[in-house]
Amino acid sequence: MKLAFGTMVAMAALALAVGGAEARNAPGVTDKEIKIGNSNPYSGPAAAYSSIGKSIGACFDKFNAEGGINGRKINFVSVDDGYSPPRTVEQIRKLVERENVAFVFQTLGTPPNSAIHEYMNRKKVPQLFVATGATKWGQPDKFPWTMGWQPNYQSEGVVFARYLMANFPNAKVAILYQNDDYGKDYVHGIEIGLGDKLKDMVVARESYEVTDPTIESQVVNLKNSGADAFYNVTTPKFAAQAISKMAELGWKPVHYLNSVSNSIGSVISKAGFEKSQDIVTSFYLKDPNDPEWQNDDDYKAWSAWMDEYYPDGDKTDAFTVYGWSVCHTLITTLEKAGNDLSRENIMKQAADLKDYKAPMLLPGITINTSPTDFYPIEEWQLARFKDKGWERFGPIIAGAVGSGS
Amino acid sequence: MTTTSMPGPMPAFLNENPKDRVRLLGVRLPLLERVLLWIMVVALCAAPLFADGYTVYEFGKVLMYALAVLGLNLLTGFNGQFSLGHSAFFAVGAYSTAIMMEMLGMPYWTTIVPAAAICFLSGFLFGLPALRLEGLFLALATFALAIATPQLLKFEGFDIGDGEHILSIAAITGGVQGKGLDTPYPPEWLNSIWLAATGDDLSVDRWKYMFTLIVVAIMFWGAWNLVHSRTGRALIAIRDNPLSAKTMGINTAIFKSAAFGVSAMYTGVAGSLFAIMDEYLAPESFTFAEAIKFLVGGVVGGIASLFGALFGGWFVLEIPNLADLMASSLADFINNPQGLTGLIYGLFLIFTVYVMPMGAAGLVQILVRKVADKG
Repeated sequence: MKLAFGTMVAMAALALAVGGAEARNAPGVTDKEIKIGNSNPYSGPAAAYSSIGKSIGACFDKFNAEGGINGRKINFVSVDDGYSPPRTVEQIRKLVERENVAFVFQTLGTPPNSAIHEYMNRKKVPQLFVATGATKWGQPDKFPWTMGWQPNYQSEGVVFARYLMANFPNAKVAILYQNDDYGKDYVHGIEIGLGDKLKDMVVARESYEVTDPTIESQVVNLKNSGADAFYNVTTPKFAAQAISKMAELGWKPVHYLNSVSNSIGSVISKAGFEKSQDIVTSFYLKDPNDPEWQNDDDYKAWSAWMDEYYPDGDKTDAFTVYGWSVCHTLITTLEKAGNDLSRENIMKQAADLKDYKAPMLLPGITINTSPTDFYPIEEWQLARFKDKGWERFGPIIAGAVGSGS
Repeated sequence: MTTTSMPGPMPAFLNENPKDRVRLLGVRLPLLERVLLWIMVVALCAAPLFADGYTVYEFGKVLMYALAVLGLNLLTGFNGQFSLGHSAFFAVGAYSTAIMMEMLGMPYWTTIVPAAAICFLSGFLFGLPALRLEGLFLALATFALAIATPQLLKFEGFDIGDGEHILSIAAITGGVQGKGLDTPYPPEWLNSIWLAATGDDLSVDRWKYMFTLIVVAIMFWGAWNLVHSRTGRALIAIRDNPLSAKTMGINTAIFKSAAFGVSAMYTGVAGSLFAIMDEYLAPESFTFAEAIKFLVGGVVGGIASLFGALFGGWFVLEIPNLADLMASSLADFINNPQGLTGLIYGLFLIFTVYVMPMGAAGLVQILVRKVADKG
């Protein structure tokens, strides 16, 4: 047996040596190129998000024109999955197994990413900076190959809870939420944030289905509960309805509107500026429509890139800002990885971002990750609606929630 | 929509001695050629095993879709009933397998038969009241089923206060979150044989393909026997002329419901295989679009044909990919080329229907006959 043991040790050492040599670079990485996979809903019900995929492509075009990363150009293979999970599985498997991409980046949507979550982790292929706000993307112990990017929905709930407890400790809170993954994540966030005070402070909850025509009766019920604070977790169409109905009822609580619906174009202007005064929301990216940034260097760089590389893009579309910012986060990660472009090292570098100021993040917000913290952005700044625009106020608030919660 | 509008070649085997059954598309083959044919079939089935992982997976999916399409063919092609709701039975099969695996801890391969039984039952029960509906009305009723399915899978039950719910479907289906399943690893003994033969472990993808192939082959064999049996002839008689079928003593109500049940069973087993293959289910996987996919597969393959379903399965899986590829190759000329994928797919479909009005099976039949006539 001794001999056998010795042989095994030798073989293990050999395997390690071979494995080490093989692990040096991921598939899809050559001296000239890094091949990156992506799926995006270019068609189907969520096609509005396609500007994220397109702006990321345009951003890589700019880096490639400037010489790439350490001489390697980025080959961004972005395919359409129509927001359909089985299609995402097919497309991503093709990218990983046939196109041999080094990793996938910014795959979009909670259902499509859920469909490949197990697969990516079993294959040990990084699923980097996914484009969804669900909280489940930050579980390094269970899913060490998957990482989110944007602040998760729960963290926003925590931020509002902190704001309430600091300024209105005796508030009676009413909650309206969409009955799905997204809505529940938000509700869970405020529950975490309020902690022990949850039972005292939350006096009413109402939910709606995304297929409902209207939410007016829910708003009436919430008003009748006597609440003086309102946590409004609705998507744009319903957010506008809620704002209008509240004005009609003359209900004026402390109104928090989730960031999903803080677009002036598609929500506030539809409900009416008059009715929307003093609504509170949160931001983490610079709003391209905000006059405050027009002379900001950061904004100008974004704007110049839009003009040159994505002239068809809509400059009022916040998704292009999102694409620009997340693209830089990836570039920084790859630059940090240097010439060791193994999948392990790319993941390690992604989990080692310290105080990184990605372009177009609000001043004071930085990206921080660690081997136990797979939530790159966890900070928000509150804003209040005044006249015809959002006015940010107060400090940057961290909404960190426990990993894997 | 009952009698004459049904396309598809009139099956010639109806008035033949069943003993002469071994024919390929109406042409009788001599023994030697028959053997060669079988060798060819086996070789074709085994070939994907030696390709790369993704190709194996792709072929497995083609077989899976072929089975789903076959379910619809049995209903529409052989019995003359329409369904736009087969995505629902696909979902029933998939979720049956998932729930049996996860909640009852059953191994994946034992779930196929119970899932088939559940699908047969649900198809049969749906078929009973739907019998009163003919043609387009039946299509409409099944359409309702298709659009209700994804929402039913997310149904969270009735609120009884305090955040408690009763009759929640989402509690067992995983709701919007979807359901992840265990990986179906190959059996040890097979792995060791494979290891001895090829010097490599049998990958999960290869095993999934083998498993799918076995299930699909059994199902096709079953369908072949069904169609060529007394029951099959009764089903076809109902399609061709319900009135005279009734006069001949066929209980059309039972046969039509049974046809619905069998059809649902076939598509349901395809759903089970889908769950095993992708290891993940979400309500978004079972939309109306999926039902249309089966219909497309049925029509392009030849709706009144068994083996046309194979072509149909291949078509619905591969043509969207091809369309995708062609669309992205236009990137230099137009904006948002990916948005054109649907358009190109549509063109493919129109072209196919024009070139093969009776589906692939019809085309092959015509070609084979031509060759045979010359010979």
